[in-house]
Amino acid sequence: MAGGCPAIPWAPADARPPRVAMTTTVLLFASWADALGPRLAVELPEGAQVADLLRELSSRTTGRALPDPMVAINQRYAPAAQVICAGDEVAIIPPVAGG
Amino acid sequence: MRVALIDRPINVTALVAEVAYPGTGATTLFVGTVRDQHAGRAVTGIDYDAYAPMALRECETILAEAAERFGTDRIVVEHRLGTLAVTEASIAIAVAAPRRVAALDAQRYVIEAIKARVPIFKREHYVDGTRAWVDNRGGSVVATSGAPVETTP
Repeated sequence: MAGGCPAIPWAPADARPPRVAMTTTVLLFASWADALGPRLAVELPEGAQVADLLRELSSRTTGRALPDPMVAINQRYAPAAQVICAGDEVAIIPPVAGG
Repeated sequence: MRVALIDRPINVTALVAEVAYPGTGATTLFVGTVRDQHAGRAVTGIDYDAYAPMALRECETILAEAAERFGTDRIVVEHRLGTLAVTEASIAIAVAAPRRVAALDAQRYVIEAIKARVPIFKREHYVDGTRAWVDNRGGSVVATSGAPVETTP
């Protein structure tokens, strides 16, 4: 789902967004974990999409040859336009190799 | 249907017994093993790692798809994690169905979908002491250190 984030239940309908940025914890695996560690806190503007996260991460891996990853949100593959919400479980999935 | 990520050797006989039921006319067993070479390089072992909660969830989705398409839910998958030596089984899939075509087709569907979609990762160990993450697309091999090594499918 590429829609918006769930409303915050305690916020009045006309309230301003409670934050302008959110810190998202990102899980990383395989070559991406080797490069950036298995867990990373990333500051993203509210409304940021998967593509924004990938841009931010690629700026931290300049000069390293890493394979293009998929992104999973709450354990499901997410398209580039999907919005990342506060509290989402976000993971960087390098090319898989099971079997 | 059952899926597990395990850190002990796979007991393939137990998997075959687990899927058996009185209506079984055909049982298939697929076992994937660690090979001693990949893309022309001599391999001595493989580390398997996973995004475990998503890997289990994705495998369960795949088994549900197979049950829907091929009409059998007598399917069990076990995948090893950790360090495996050459000839050790990394994955085993057992399928039982009333007829052989359903069992064979479901088997093929499940292994191909796992290889394409499930977030499991492997790092090969080579005889020269280097290690590299590899993928199932037959594409690039990312060295743990140093420049990427290009391989052919």
